[in-house]
Amino acid sequence: MDFLVFQYPMITLQACLDGILLGVLFALIAYGMALQWGVMNIINIAQGDLVILGGYIAYFMYLYGIHPAWGVIVAPVIMYFVGIAIYKLVINKVVDRDLFISILATFGISILFMQLMNFAFGADVVLANSGYGTTMLFDNNVVLPNSKIFSAFISIVFAICLVIYMKKSKLGRAIRATAQNARAAKILGVDTEKVYAATFGINAALCGVAGALISITFTIHPYMGLPYTIRSFMIVIVAGLGNLPGVAMSGMGLGVFEEFADYILGTEFRIGSVFLLLVLILVYRRFKLSRKREYLK
Amino acid sequence: MRLNKIILSFVSALVILFSTSVASFAKVVGDKIILGAAISLTGKYSSNGVHTQNGYNMAVDRINSMGGVKVGGKTYKFDIIYYDDESNPKRAAQLAERLISQDGVEFMLGPYSSGLTKAIAPVTEKYGVPMVEANGASRSLFTKGYKYLFAVLAPANLYLDVAIETAVELNGGKPVTIAQAFEQDAFSQDVRLGILDAAERTGSKIIIDDKLPKELNDMAATLVKVKQMKPDVLVVSGHTKGALTAIRQIAEMKVDVPMLAMTHCDAAKLSKQHGKNSQYALCASQWHKSLTYKDDFFKDGMTYAADFEKEFGYDPPYQSAESSAALLVFKDAFERANSFDQKKVRDALAATNMQTFYGNIKFAPGGQNVDKPMVLFQVMCDASGKCENKVVAPLKWASAKLIHPIPKWSER
Repeated sequence: MDFLVFQYPMITLQACLDGILLGVLFALIAYGMALQWGVMNIINIAQGDLVILGGYIAYFMYLYGIHPAWGVIVAPVIMYFVGIAIYKLVINKVVDRDLFISILATFGISILFMQLMNFAFGADVVLANSGYGTTMLFDNNVVLPNSKIFSAFISIVFAICLVIYMKKSKLGRAIRATAQNARAAKILGVDTEKVYAATFGINAALCGVAGALISITFTIHPYMGLPYTIRSFMIVIVAGLGNLPGVAMSGMGLGVFEEFADYILGTEFRIGSVFLLLVLILVYRRFKLSRKREYLK
Repeated sequence: MRLNKIILSFVSALVILFSTSVASFAKVVGDKIILGAAISLTGKYSSNGVHTQNGYNMAVDRINSMGGVKVGGKTYKFDIIYYDDESNPKRAAQLAERLISQDGVEFMLGPYSSGLTKAIAPVTEKYGVPMVEANGASRSLFTKGYKYLFAVLAPANLYLDVAIETAVELNGGKPVTIAQAFEQDAFSQDVRLGILDAAERTGSKIIIDDKLPKELNDMAATLVKVKQMKPDVLVVSGHTKGALTAIRQIAEMKVDVPMLAMTHCDAAKLSKQHGKNSQYALCASQWHKSLTYKDDFFKDGMTYAADFEKEFGYDPPYQSAESSAALLVFKDAFERANSFDQKKVRDALAATNMQTFYGNIKFAPGGQNVDKPMVLFQVMCDASGKCENKVVAPLKWASAKLIHPIPKWSER
């Protein structure tokens, strides 16, 4: 235990800011997961692997001399079609089955993606340098890498665009209708098959954006996807489905929680603390649920 | 008639049994000495697995083309049976078992990484199969009393203690303050033990002692602490991702520290991936091509590097060099034992005392090589931004002078 983080207000501030910037990025990935979970009732274990694949797109652009920031435009376009392809090949066969089947299917996709990426891109840890520099605040006591600020900014832009799209566009309305009641939507003339494909594509595109941002801010590696899946799962569990402000808040909350756990317990317990929090929240939800049931009796 | 048939089938059964057992239970087939190796060709260690395999293959070709191995007046050639262990310790142990009991291999080469070597060593030990390994440096490998394990490389606890000693020396012999961050794996934790020893020896104080997770890609928290507490030395070990993450975030957060020491810089291709930001980082290495050790097969480091590049198209990392050295050790041991008896070869290995292009090799009773110091190189860049690794310690091999303290970010 180390309480350094509370002894120096500057470190507390640094931890909060780092956490928020990181959390916004998590929230973007989680939003994609919430969307397709809500619409298709599928928990996508391959979410993190889609993120990493997006990261590789930005990395290869960087390798060929294109600034990796363009990856946030290119990666989602490519990933949208990857998403559609995964839907047509696998997901459409499990979309009406129970949750367990979809978890197994996406777990399989996850393993396949990991191995394919390892085969195609090698097992080296790579990153794309943005050369964005650093913002120093409070007499150089608080440091914010511009790449993190850029990531958070782009995540927010994409989230806002998506909300507007979901509200205003025809497809967005169809997606929301399908999420509410797929059968009713179908009866009223919504092509749910198309909606499902588009939803999965949009989710993959969001993962692509997040991956490009991660390759700029952190590192990528074919086997690094799982922690992102877990974090987004966790955020969605806390926020609930179809609750965008909730996803954003719980994303940032998780980011800050992770940073503080890192300072107080040590970096080695960072992911562990996320798991612990997940268990606690699941237990709490169950507890709340059981109390409700008793009340109903 | 019936009896004849029974005898005939009995004899033919015996013949079949005998012929298959000869084919599969022979360590030496014709003029070939067959070695076995489980290597990570897929999975997370696949890059270094390939470096290891290339090193082995390079040495096999070279030794075979230069006369092979002479045992009992006859010349033999090396051959290696490879299996892919998928970077998975359980799989590695199964494959070792298979190599020994099904393929009849009686001499083994090591896999890549300490973790996989740890998984294989109990198997080779159980069957009394001598294993020369080149990529498992964890100290715990050498404290278990293994009799058939020999490592050509220096143990992990010696990786970075040179850095601490150098820092103390540069501080006028006075103790220094150390910040350290290590991944939680066998190798990095051994490097950490080495630092603890060095700190105790020199009276230095460890003011930050962080452990990093396996999924490491953010160490901002550690670096914020470093910024606040201003240690004299920052030590980081977390394989390639640790090295890459540390350099990226140190540069982004403008962390000023007089000395930065790391492992896995060359495997991470630091200077290529980070360019000038990686400048002044001190890196522990088992080998560097500019060292002047010599042998008859590869001449010296520079020639080895040139030949390796010609064959495989890239500059050899130390993982390849040490793997090549393992074959030289085997050849030397076979010739001194003048036999393929496992016990005799094991004893000959234990008595090894030789120089290779990779370094001197002499095994302690635990199996680790005690005759080859680690080297430290520093990433140095010229004005055009081209960066190179230059050996700075130990002084005997130094090709450049250590730049210390590292200039502040504001002055770069």
